[in-house]
Amino acid sequence: MSLRIPCPHCGNRSVHEFVHGEVRQVPDHLTDPDERDLDLAFMHDNEEGVVTERWFHALGCRRWFEIRRDTTTDRIIERRAS
Amino acid sequence: MNEFVERQMKLTWRPPKKSYDVVIVGAGGHGLATAYYLATRHGITNVAVFERGYIGGGNSGRNTTIIRANYGIPAAVRFYQRSVDLYRGLEEETDRWLMHQAKGLLWMAHSEAAVRAERMRAKLNTEFGAETEFVEPQEVQELCPQLDIEGGGRWPVLGASYHPQGATARHDRVVWALAEGAMERGAHVHQNTPVEGLILDGERVAGVRTAAGDVAAGAIVSAVGGHVSRIAAMAGLRLPIRSHRLQAFVTNHYRQQLGPIVASSELFFYASQTARGEMLLGAEIDPQPSFSYRSSHDFVQDVCRRALNLLPFMANLRVLRQWTGVCDMSPDYSPIMGRTGVPGFFITTGWGTWGFKAIPAGGEQMAELIATGEVPELIAPFGLDRFARDRTMADRGSAGTH
Repeated sequence: MSLRIPCPHCGNRSVHEFVHGEVRQVPDHLTDPDERDLDLAFMHDNEEGVVTERWFHALGCRRWFEIRRDTTTDRIIERRAS
Repeated sequence: MNEFVERQMKLTWRPPKKSYDVVIVGAGGHGLATAYYLATRHGITNVAVFERGYIGGGNSGRNTTIIRANYGIPAAVRFYQRSVDLYRGLEEETDRWLMHQAKGLLWMAHSEAAVRAERMRAKLNTEFGAETEFVEPQEVQELCPQLDIEGGGRWPVLGASYHPQGATARHDRVVWALAEGAMERGAHVHQNTPVEGLILDGERVAGVRTAAGDVAAGAIVSAVGGHVSRIAAMAGLRLPIRSHRLQAFVTNHYRQQLGPIVASSELFFYASQTARGEMLLGAEIDPQPSFSYRSSHDFVQDVCRRALNLLPFMANLRVLRQWTGVCDMSPDYSPIMGRTGVPGFFITTGWGTWGFKAIPAGGEQMAELIATGEVPELIAPFGLDRFARDRTMADRGSAGTH
């Protein structure tokens, strides 16, 4: 079984129906505007552990929602409709 | 370690010293190749490679061992061709049988657009040193008689780009040959010794904190796969990397000899036959960023459904086992090699789904950079600073399947 994403509108659906969206956070210690732009364009937290992320149900209701997922196990921790 | 390697090798394992000239983090292909070429090309042997697990147990042992140079941009074609050339001589150089076999690689086109893309690939590759030609369906059939040239009616083969130097090699023999070559010249490899932190001396990275104590070093190289963002964060760096898992699987042994490696970017899969006779299939990365090594049934089901269009004989085979690696994907699908902006800290990452084929050239070039202090021309375009300079290296030919 591949990863199932819990869409708040359509229920648990295969990950292949969705588009992944990262919640970008430029770290506060970057103050130079150019550095912040560079970070926003290219850099990632790439965090090992629980992350908050957005998903777009492209082959379903076509709405965005937010979930919390553990990237080391792919377990979904929490779902928030938005 | 497999029994073949164990029988052959007389290695001495030593505890870590207090300091080394060069410390490499990660004893996978790229880390070991860097140590190997530092020793053989530059006589630098006061080198340690730290590994949290065992040699070649990360992505070096979780790939599909394909070696090719038919990439999509000039700088990449040159770099990977260097790797193809080094691989060809590696058995003789290390005096080890690496099961390296040039099989040729066929990249199928099932539409007019794909035919144009493959023709373009052939031209570009040939121009920059990687022999590739466009072949018509009849010749494709001759090169690979098992292929259903009608593609089950839905995916007809309208032609293919043929890369005769496409090859495979046995992954654990490659990493162990490099480990042995480095160690018999004096380099140390420390398995089961995770690097837990970096020692900072002002701006500079001056050593590593390991499970076996602190170790000082003149240069630290991160050849980490899968967890590279974590080690970079220890040096205060943020990387343009997201890690995704990549799955692959093999079928049971099969006598029929599939000659070339078969790939299709429209059907999103590639297949080759291993020396044991297993059919080895791979495809695209999983869509979500993840560090999980879990494999999925959906993947096997999907890839089989697509692959059977071209290789219908596989319908009679059984899936023997599957595995997963964690790939560090760069935004432009090109590797990142060289300095990091943090003094004393070098990096080789962004090896996404194209790391195995680059092992010798990646190691050779990183070794040259560390030994001479000058960025070799071959990897100059692949520096981490390319993103700030707005010189990304977008390469449509790097990952075969997406």
